[in-house]
Amino acid sequence: MADFGQKTGRPWLSPLNQRRWRNFRRNRRGFWSLWIFCALFGMSLFAEFLANDKPILLRHKGEYYMPIFSFYPETAFGGDLPIEAQYQYEDIACLIISGGVIDCYDDPEGILAEIQESGTALGEPVDKGWMIWPVIPYRFDTIVDIQGAAPSAPDAHNWLGTDDTKRDVVARVIYGFRLSILFTLIVTAAGSVIGIIAGAVQGYFGGWLDLVFQRLLEIWSSTPSLYVIIIMFAIFGRSFWMLVFLTVLFGWPALVGVVRAEFLRARNFEYVRAAQALGVSNRTIMFRHLLPNAMVATVTFLPFIITGAISTLAGLDFLGYGLPSSAPSLGELTLQAKQNLQAPWLGFTAFFTFAIMLSLLIFIFEGVRDAFDPRKTFT
Amino acid sequence: MSAVMQVRNLNVTFRQEGAETRAVRNVSLDIQRGETVALVGESGSGKSVTALSTVSLLPESAEITGSVAYEGAQISGADEAELRRVRGNDISFIFQEPMTSLNPLHTLEKQLTESIRLHQGLTGGAVRTRILELLHRVGIPDPEGRLKSYPHELSGGQRQRVMIAMALANGPNLLIADEPTTALDVTIQAQILELLAKLKDDEGMSMLFITHDLGIVRRFADRVYVMKDGEIVEQGETGALFDNPRHRYTKQLLSATSAGVPDPVPVGAKTVVETDSLRIWFPIKRGLLRHTVGHIKAVNSATLSVRAGETLGIVGESGSGKTTLALAILRLISSEGPVILMNREIQKLSSKKMRPLRSEMQIVFQDPYGSLSPRMTVEEIIAEGLAIHPVDSERDHRSMVTEIMTEVGLDPATMHRYPHEFSGGQRQRIAIARAMILRPKLLVLDEPTSALDMTVQVQIVELLRKLQKRHKLAYLFISHDLKVVRALSHKVMVMKRGDVVEQGDAAQVFDNPQTNYTRQLMAAAFDVKAIGQS
Repeated sequence: MADFGQKTGRPWLSPLNQRRWRNFRRNRRGFWSLWIFCALFGMSLFAEFLANDKPILLRHKGEYYMPIFSFYPETAFGGDLPIEAQYQYEDIACLIISGGVIDCYDDPEGILAEIQESGTALGEPVDKGWMIWPVIPYRFDTIVDIQGAAPSAPDAHNWLGTDDTKRDVVARVIYGFRLSILFTLIVTAAGSVIGIIAGAVQGYFGGWLDLVFQRLLEIWSSTPSLYVIIIMFAIFGRSFWMLVFLTVLFGWPALVGVVRAEFLRARNFEYVRAAQALGVSNRTIMFRHLLPNAMVATVTFLPFIITGAISTLAGLDFLGYGLPSSAPSLGELTLQAKQNLQAPWLGFTAFFTFAIMLSLLIFIFEGVRDAFDPRKTFT
Repeated sequence: MSAVMQVRNLNVTFRQEGAETRAVRNVSLDIQRGETVALVGESGSGKSVTALSTVSLLPESAEITGSVAYEGAQISGADEAELRRVRGNDISFIFQEPMTSLNPLHTLEKQLTESIRLHQGLTGGAVRTRILELLHRVGIPDPEGRLKSYPHELSGGQRQRVMIAMALANGPNLLIADEPTTALDVTIQAQILELLAKLKDDEGMSMLFITHDLGIVRRFADRVYVMKDGEIVEQGETGALFDNPRHRYTKQLLSATSAGVPDPVPVGAKTVVETDSLRIWFPIKRGLLRHTVGHIKAVNSATLSVRAGETLGIVGESGSGKTTLALAILRLISSEGPVILMNREIQKLSSKKMRPLRSEMQIVFQDPYGSLSPRMTVEEIIAEGLAIHPVDSERDHRSMVTEIMTEVGLDPATMHRYPHEFSGGQRQRIAIARAMILRPKLLVLDEPTSALDMTVQVQIVELLRKLQKRHKLAYLFISHDLKVVRALSHKVMVMKRGDVVEQGDAAQVFDNPQTNYTRQLMAAAFDVKAIGQS
């Protein structure tokens, strides 16, 4: 018998889960994949601070501004226009740093050089301002102001080049990664909850309910979902939440089968019978006694659902039926790569992004699945 | 006589997650030609592991040291090819569970052909002839017609016969039988044992017989090894060992039988539960409109009544409807006919109205491993019913759990542990505590001792007696083990295929059985001499 009662530093986990965690840690590949993935995803959650066309923090005339969070018109920095300041342009940078010297519109370079040199602008002393930029000074939808034909090749400013509308590829990948993962998490979580509940109800009560529901499910899963998605987008317009809704709508039956089978099997277990004899309500029995059984099967199935959701999003975008074209989408990047074979950096970027993202997820869930397998022994 | 198998200083250690379990320690044993050797011990004593390790059939986490010689040649540490030749050919196995030992997707012919073709190189008609001969020898009626049958079409006894036929197919020198009769009904058990004894003599085989049932050993074995905690504590000729056991543990094993009679029912005890011609038929539905074409008659017309402090023993073989009847009385499955609990008709009550009455009647199941949720602590398991039934609203749940654990003989300090940390007997006590904490009037005991070792069985029977006396409990005691039934029951009801064939006071039924079937059951359970002496 394995020693489940071993004491570890995680008293909040049940002994069984402690064993699973130990097993998971023993799978080096899965364990490191988890850390790398968490780091990447954690960073991408703060994409606005990593890749943005506005400074994180700036100082102008002794006051601090955070353009990432607030709207400031050019007039706030001494300019003429009431539109939002275009921070990436040199004249605006000059206005901010020089404290609003109006001549910045004519000769920003000269004034900036003077401030740099002597701390004065046109001979007048200024309260010198500064700007802190994100590492990548472009947002996913920033049009990069450079010469030459789009897509442009990688260089010191655009590390992975630009795409066919002159948008920085690195910035698009960072935002696209975040969007893909968030989409996947939302779709998987929502789909799993619905699928588990539906499967649980069918498996536990069985009989007519099960029979009717199974037939409905068969009809539902044979609906051509792609057409429905295209039609709905045509009627309601494209949007992220519409896509989430539609993917969940067609994705939830994935788990029903496994969960239903587990509930069908486990509802005749003696401890379930014992709970019935105690008078425990059906809902409590399902939640407390049966759901933990179904969780193992569910976890085994999750990697397929997660990678499936990522592929769905990418596939729709690739076909041009996915998110709005301005959205940072990896599928759209792939489509551009196909249309611009002369710009291989697009294809390579899309390939490696998908390869790394999907491999990490697969490695993690492979480790999780093995950790849940009671028969597997680890050395 | 020369030794067919010689085991010297065998050690088996399981290593998992740094934890070491020494399952077998320094075991040495000999099996002579034509001899039946019994390996006796309670569950977890290392019997099966010893047997499996002789032909390296253990999982990879096992480390084996020591020597195993077959016909004088070393086979421990031999390569896979050599081992495969020995397994199934020279040494055959029969396992406990005939349902899972046969592949459910293959016909009998296919299962048997595989092994014969592999080891004997026979093909075509010759294989078929050999199979028919084998099936005939193990006593399968109409072997020709059975060739195309699948395992589920056979009864448990027949399946075990097929397993024996498979084991015999290649004329082994040594047959290792691992609890071959444990999963079978008593009358079938006797037949299988007889068959094994006869085949052993005919074929001149040796047999290593692994069991926990001392009755079988006494009838059947030439020599006995007694195992405890992975060690052989005593060995000797069967007769000598039974008559004059030396080791303390052997004495304990031999004296462990549930004896005695129950305390008399108090005078004027009230009836707790009654049924009148209770019928449980499951409809068979066919066709598009699912009309009922017939019924599976699980229980026909069962009339019973149990008073406070009284035990009704329900006896019968598997499939006789015992458990179904009990579940119907608890209203866990539907039935027809009145069920009266404490002068109240409960058959027609809705499940909501039923809920408050559930605390009056509780159940303890057979399998102490399956009846406790593996993911809840003992405290949570025992206290689960308290959340629904206000047994004593003055007191907090923990103190009630502590009290009931002490009453059933468990250490309350262990209430934060999980079921897997307890032994079978302790788990059964937990199951009893879960039922008893609601202070029921009626306790249904569905084979509560069948999965337990003899010494533990005796303790559980003692506990049940004590609880009955203290709380004036009515028991419905379901079992196929007539010894335990005799030790606990005031009244007995014998069931066969859904019919009640005999019913009456325990003493009357046991001493003077009226029907043939009951007599047969008694013979199988109490008659020691009948088998294996020929």
